[in-house]
Amino acid sequence: MTSQDNMSEEHLPEATHGHGGGPVVSKDGYFADPGLPPHEHRRTDIDEKAARRAERQVATWFLLSMLATVGFIASYVIFKPGPTHHVYIWPVGDVSPLNFALGVTLGISLFAIGAGAVHWARTLMSDEEHIAERHPIESSPEVREQVFADFRQGAKESGFGRRKLIRNTMIGAMAMVPLSAVVLFRDLGPLPEKKLDTTGWKAGMLLKNMNTGEPIKASDVQVGSLTFAMPQDLSEDDEDFQVRIAKDALMLVRLQPGDIKDKNSAAWGYEGVLAFSKICTHVGCPISLYEQQTHHVLCPCHQSTFDLSDGARVIFGPAGHPLPQLQIGVDSTGNLEALNGFTVPVGPGFWERSE
Amino acid sequence: MKKLSARRRHPLAALVVLIFALAATGGLWAALAPTSSASADASQSLQVEEGKRLFQVGCASCHGLNGEGTNLGPSLVGVGSAAVDFQVGTGRMPAQQPGAQVPSKKVIYNQAQIDQMAAYVATLGSGPVIPTQDQYSGGNVASGGELFRTNCAQCHNFAGAGGALSEGKYAPSLAGVSAKHIYEAMLTGPQNMPSFPNSTMPEQQKKDIIAYVQHATNSDANPSYGGMTLGAIGPVSEGLFGWIFALGALIGTAIWIAARTPKAKKS
Ligand code: FES
Repeated sequence: MTSQDNMSEEHLPEATHGHGGGPVVSKDGYFADPGLPPHEHRRTDIDEKAARRAERQVATWFLLSMLATVGFIASYVIFKPGPTHHVYIWPVGDVSPLNFALGVTLGISLFAIGAGAVHWARTLMSDEEHIAERHPIESSPEVREQVFADFRQGAKESGFGRRKLIRNTMIGAMAMVPLSAVVLFRDLGPLPEKKLDTTGWKAGMLLKNMNTGEPIKASDVQVGSLTFAMPQDLSEDDEDFQVRIAKDALMLVRLQPGDIKDKNSAAWGYEGVLAFSKICTHVGCPISLYEQQTHHVLCPCHQSTFDLSDGARVIFGPAGHPLPQLQIGVDSTGNLEALNGFTVPVGPGFWERSE
Repeated sequence: MKKLSARRRHPLAALVVLIFALAATGGLWAALAPTSSASADASQSLQVEEGKRLFQVGCASCHGLNGEGTNLGPSLVGVGSAAVDFQVGTGRMPAQQPGAQVPSKKVIYNQAQIDQMAAYVATLGSGPVIPTQDQYSGGNVASGGELFRTNCAQCHNFAGAGGALSEGKYAPSLAGVSAKHIYEAMLTGPQNMPSFPNSTMPEQQKKDIIAYVQHATNSDANPSYGGMTLGAIGPVSEGLFGWIFALGALIGTAIWIAARTPKAKKS
């Protein structure tokens, strides 16, 4: 833009002084309205050459946008989709040339339109300051008077106050319409039944290994190991699998019986095999960052930490309850089975949660 | 006579007799010897001896002279040769200093020495043994991905990039870890990692997981077509990138839009 600096002198307006030289404080002690500062011209306002240059710049942006659009269509035709086509582009890394070209050309064509419009407004469109005074939002007293008069007139002519039957039935009709909505929306609640309190676990249900889909023998679970289990009647192909696993997922660990501090918890396990809900009691993240030496389970969402050797007590973080434990035993063939459903609701707390 | 006797013994007779004798002894040996295990036993016990010597120099100060454990290091009875191969083979052992977690560092023993120590530790009590090649190769990447997300991703991240645990512990990145060491880690559960024994995670599933990990972490062989991974550590790096660069660009544009246009003024 150095060419603008040596613009010929005669194009420049007279230098003006701000505030029109008026006093800042008026005689009666109030701040005087300083008014608008005098308008300053842009170079493009007074130099035809500069204006033409700006015009060309704006047009260049729009032209660039057109080119990019053509490029978009061209890349759509040229590049083939699919994972076998990829190129290394610094510093982005390995990308599909199709996606990359489409993104870049579309981005340029949109950005260039915006940039051209902004440049146009800043250099060529009028930038004269002008004042738009504020007005009260209220209508004038005459208009208000007229509206009230019309309303009273209308009420009188409709006989709204006189014909009580019409009025009452109309009110009744209007009051009843929302009932249809209430009936429809009832499906969304507000009665969640017992869904939050119960899970799919029942007494006598076998624990199924999520890796193999087979029942789990107590002897298969080694000290220090971690296994995930779900109820025997659940399968990944079930339509409601996601709904159920969100409550039924289990974490199966085995501790040396001597390491278990909470005797009740030990009694609910089988020879040191303990089954805990995998759903964090804070806001319900799946939680299985198990440290086998400290027996701590960490929740990745907000760092709640539970001590599985102590009844999954919360030892750190925002969770409000220990992880619920499932009481387990073995059936006649040595497979682990639930001796009971969960006795407390799994997952996050809720208002009506029973303790 | 001289001539006769000379004739009776062919010049090669001695050689023939020698060959017969050798064959006979060899055959007898092969038939009567308690198979070849005697020599194998000998080399085995030699290996254990060597391993014990290495153990007493390099490991005994923490694990005890007989691997019984001290308050500095756990007992090694029953950890098996796989645990030794993993811990020493990834440079975690010998540990440099106590701490939240012993990191992997430069491996200071060669594989032969590691095998000797592993053989010695295996004699302390039976445990998982070092796997052979066919136990950890040839898995299915797709099913490995599913298994990985079920069993491993909670700590090691969906792309095997690793992640933080409590109190300074962490799950290390899986990039560049050999298939054998991944297998051993799953089998033995080193440090705070739980183990995934074959009884609950069959060998084929371990192969699949290894195939997935090696596919996902080897970006040269399997580039990710999404461009920059930003460490593949999820919303933290992606969010930071978005806040700094995307928002930065937006702010820059906003400033440009609202900036005062240059005015022409007489100086
Ligand atoms: S969901 Fe587990 S700590 Fe918040």
